[in-house]
Amino acid sequence: MASIVLNSVDKIYAGGVKAVNGLNLEIRDGEFMVLVGPSGCGKSTALRMIAGLEDISGGEILIGEKVVNHLPPKDRDIAMVFQNYALYPHMTVEENLAFGLKLRKMPKAEISKRVGEAARMLGLEQYLKRKPAALSGGQRQRVAMGRAIVREPQAFLMDEPLSNLDAKLRVSMRASLNTMHERLGVTTVYVTHDQVEAMTLGDRVCVLRDGLLQQVDTPQNLFDNPVNLFVAGFMGSPSMNFVNAELVRGDGGAAVAFAGYKLPVPDATFAEKPGLDQFIGRQVILGIRPSDFEDSVAANGHAGGWVRLPVRAEVTEELGSEINVLFLIDAPPVQHQDTVAAADTGDDEDATLPLVGDKSLWTARVNSRSHVRPGQNIELVVDTHNLHFFDPTSGLSIGHAGARV
Amino acid sequence: MNLDFDLAAEQPKLVQLLLGVVAFCAVVAVLLLALDRAPMRQRARLHAAILLAPALILLAIGLVVPAARTTLLSFMSGDGTAWVGLDNYVWMFTQPEAVTVLRTTLIWVALVPVLVTAVGLLYAVLVDRTRFESLAKSLVFLPMAISFVGAGIIWKFVYAYRPEESDQIGLLNQIVVAFGGTPRQWLLEPPLNTLFLIAVMVWIQAGFATVVLSAAIKGIPAEIVEAARLDGASPVQMFFRVTLPSIRSAVLVVLVTQSIGTLKLFDIVRTMTGGQFDTSVIANEMYNQAFRYGETGKGAALAVFLFVLVTPIVVYQIRQRREAVR
Repeated sequence: MASIVLNSVDKIYAGGVKAVNGLNLEIRDGEFMVLVGPSGCGKSTALRMIAGLEDISGGEILIGEKVVNHLPPKDRDIAMVFQNYALYPHMTVEENLAFGLKLRKMPKAEISKRVGEAARMLGLEQYLKRKPAALSGGQRQRVAMGRAIVREPQAFLMDEPLSNLDAKLRVSMRASLNTMHERLGVTTVYVTHDQVEAMTLGDRVCVLRDGLLQQVDTPQNLFDNPVNLFVAGFMGSPSMNFVNAELVRGDGGAAVAFAGYKLPVPDATFAEKPGLDQFIGRQVILGIRPSDFEDSVAANGHAGGWVRLPVRAEVTEELGSEINVLFLIDAPPVQHQDTVAAADTGDDEDATLPLVGDKSLWTARVNSRSHVRPGQNIELVVDTHNLHFFDPTSGLSIGHAGARV
Repeated sequence: MNLDFDLAAEQPKLVQLLLGVVAFCAVVAVLLLALDRAPMRQRARLHAAILLAPALILLAIGLVVPAARTTLLSFMSGDGTAWVGLDNYVWMFTQPEAVTVLRTTLIWVALVPVLVTAVGLLYAVLVDRTRFESLAKSLVFLPMAISFVGAGIIWKFVYAYRPEESDQIGLLNQIVVAFGGTPRQWLLEPPLNTLFLIAVMVWIQAGFATVVLSAAIKGIPAEIVEAARLDGASPVQMFFRVTLPSIRSAVLVVLVTQSIGTLKLFDIVRTMTGGQFDTSVIANEMYNQAFRYGETGKGAALAVFLFVLVTPIVVYQIRQRREAVR
């Protein structure tokens, strides 16, 4: 096992496209690091550079404190799991698992021991004599995992390994990946475009955009304290709601005003976000997570101090335990480049309503006890302790430790 | 020659053609009408019979009848008048000149498919993903466009011999002379002359093998190659343990088609040596016996034997294809 360090790593393709731009990243020994971002953000390229499948245009990559820039893939002591599994179709499962060990001239006894262990761990014992063509997608995926495990490498590299599985299988494989990582404790770099996968799997998550590192942090911190509009919009499903608002200070204390609403900003928020007070009287971009809304009826009694927000539900998405309420607010959609970029690759499940007359579509996630139906008026309450404020010019989160640099 | 097209003069022919088409339609219509009256249960079977009939009749006239007649002829004397039993076959397997033909054919079949596949594969691997790949592949594919007869004539010049005192017009002898050697009559010296003929066949067919195998190599998913690199495969291991097994079916296709083509080979031998100097192969000998020496029986026996040799390969190929479809 080893740490992996990327020191201002660049990847410039022929034709001048910069796929990865000065990437600095330290993946600790035994850590599960997820690289996430929209397609074309350079996450796969970064992974393939660690693997040695792509040349490094600039910077340094270290695996276990050894510079590997010019080492061929096989000498980097890493194993990779590919999106389409990349099993050898002419070999049985057993041969697939053993191939890398055989090439390394490992003694037969050791090979069969390792293959046996991996097969037991992944529940592949009864399939060892089958060829990949006779396996289901999930089984193939497990063989691909097994091929990485038997090598006992310093690090696992995984390139969207679950994206070819159906939704249900993906969830269960996610769980087994988690257990596997806990058990083996091998440093893992995992690439995905799915922010849910990133949140659930990663010890830490690295958000990339256009080859540039946006933020590296634990999933919860990314969710709670996104460094900029892009990260805020990309992480979390449904996406964060944005609006251009004005920060004002009235008689009752500070408040943020938008689309005819006025939400008080607690003093604690100013304490948490140094520099926010300088924006009083100025424009900010306000962000509210859908989960920070609640139906005032359903939340009765719990939300004493919360602010009420009367809206009309345009669309409701019932998810069983929760309902996504889509409603219009009377303000133009935020057209910051960061929010647009994040929305481009946002979840396809987002319903799109034709927006007329400078309205933007917001989502609130409320408890299913709400029983709200489309077209009904509903009174939402907002947890004003979790408001997010962004600088409208830079797109950076106001008062964020990482954004002040 | 009068190239003017006189429509009036052609009229009777056109009328005939028209009549033919009408008659054909009428026959088909009558058949289909009759079919409609047939009881439901037999209708599908009758339908199939009617639609298959033309093809079956043509097949019978063109293939089955000649095959049967050839088989019968192979048991008869040269002029096709008397039954001689297995004499022709006995001749084929015992008489030195016939045995030589069989041996030469065996050399062809043993060498050509392997050489063609090897050369094609080597070429395909070497040019794969290079800058000049398409040009290189076009060049090696070009000889495919030349007929065997044409190629035979071209190569006859390459192997041409002139007495030592005169200038060598053959490329090979020119090279030999340039290096201080004495010119040789390449096509007159068995057993090497057969190898020189084989070289022509390989020259023609290597392009076909290259194109088929190159396409197969490109069909190997990039991830599998990358996975093998990560697994630690050296280029040689990569070729023998990943590339070659992955394109196994394409290699088989090349081997099988080349085997069949080689067994039936006639033109190159016929054009370049006429089958003399121990270069004759079954197809050439069959032609010689049947049409030049008037030994129809011997020719037919050779033809039957050739058919027997080709059949298992064809059966194998069809099986493979069926499996591939499944």
